[in-house]
Amino acid sequence: MSKTNLLDRRAVVAALLKDRKGMVAVGGLGASTNDMAAAGDHDRNFYLWGGMGGAVMMGLGLALAQPDLPVVVITGDGDMLMGIGSLATVAMQKPGNLSIIVLDNERYGETGGQTSHTSSAVDLVGVAKACGIADSCAITTMAEVGALVPKLHDLKSGPRFANVKIDGANVERILPMRDGNYIVSRIRGSLGFAPV
Amino acid sequence: MHARTDTSEQLTATWPDDIYAVLQRYDVRQVPYVPDAGHSRLIERVLASDTMRGIVLTTEEEGVALVAGAWAGGQRCALLMQSSGVGNCINMFSLVQLFRLPFFTIVTMRGEWGEFNHWQVPMGSTTQAVFELSGIRVMRANSPAEVREVVEAGAAQAYNACTPTAVLLSQRLIGAKVFVK
Repeated sequence: MSKTNLLDRRAVVAALLKDRKGMVAVGGLGASTNDMAAAGDHDRNFYLWGGMGGAVMMGLGLALAQPDLPVVVITGDGDMLMGIGSLATVAMQKPGNLSIIVLDNERYGETGGQTSHTSSAVDLVGVAKACGIADSCAITTMAEVGALVPKLHDLKSGPRFANVKIDGANVERILPMRDGNYIVSRIRGSLGFAPV
Repeated sequence: MHARTDTSEQLTATWPDDIYAVLQRYDVRQVPYVPDAGHSRLIERVLASDTMRGIVLTTEEEGVALVAGAWAGGQRCALLMQSSGVGNCINMFSLVQLFRLPFFTIVTMRGEWGEFNHWQVPMGSTTQAVFELSGIRVMRANSPAEVREVVEAGAAQAYNACTPTAVLLSQRLIGAKVFVK
């Protein structure tokens, strides 16, 4: 696989979350959730600090519960590999408002940069397509990221999957809040649900 | 998975309808499941429902994560699985505590009453302990007559009292799978 033209993860996530309107964004544990925090805290940011492999399914539950809002899962290749069956589960439900964006640096960044399966074996776009997510693409340029952004707000044409090849540079850790109950309660509050 | 046995008792059992009625009363909207013979009638009811969406999973921990997302989005779930699937969920059960989820699951038991396949026994023997170690309260129904009451009490505890709850449907209630006559 080509190692050129790798994108900067922070620039990609900032572009995805710009002018987000009602979007709910789910960040996979580790660097992706930090990237969301770096783009600016938001009461509809679902930051994950654990539950590896669960980001896509949390996005699915949200997307089915809130079909009139765009739901965007931004996660890493490690989390996606661990929850790879969830692509099949998403394809069965066909939520039009769900987008899954994988920031693929071909390594497990949180644990020392060990290479992941996407470095030389797994094509996640092919996996997503084969699972039944027809709108699945590989992204290698910021122009393609820019073209993806309006599609995230199209509530009828999903589910969609995009694998964005990013560089493996270590970036400054921008840590979001980590109280899970607060994070979920804040999202619920912003959607109009009173505390239990 | 637990294959359908189609014994006459199972075809005529009405307790799955009792469970469906409870879930409907508690406004459950998403029902993630891994297919199971013991739950087959309930799953059919859910898939035919106008108000509930049945969501077939590839593995049970997907369902725990789905519950978290649905709750963040304002909807209640009930996770249907078999005892062997409970072990698949262990790490994801962290979310139940961390997000204080109104978590409710109904589990069909294997490996505890007239089991033929001893491969079901290790997980069936530890199902209750796994839930309890994970901070999830366990209730059990042993006979068809008590299913409605136990599920009703479990649903109230999970959804009203926000206390994570599992209801185990015993293998004695469901009937052991027949491999050889």
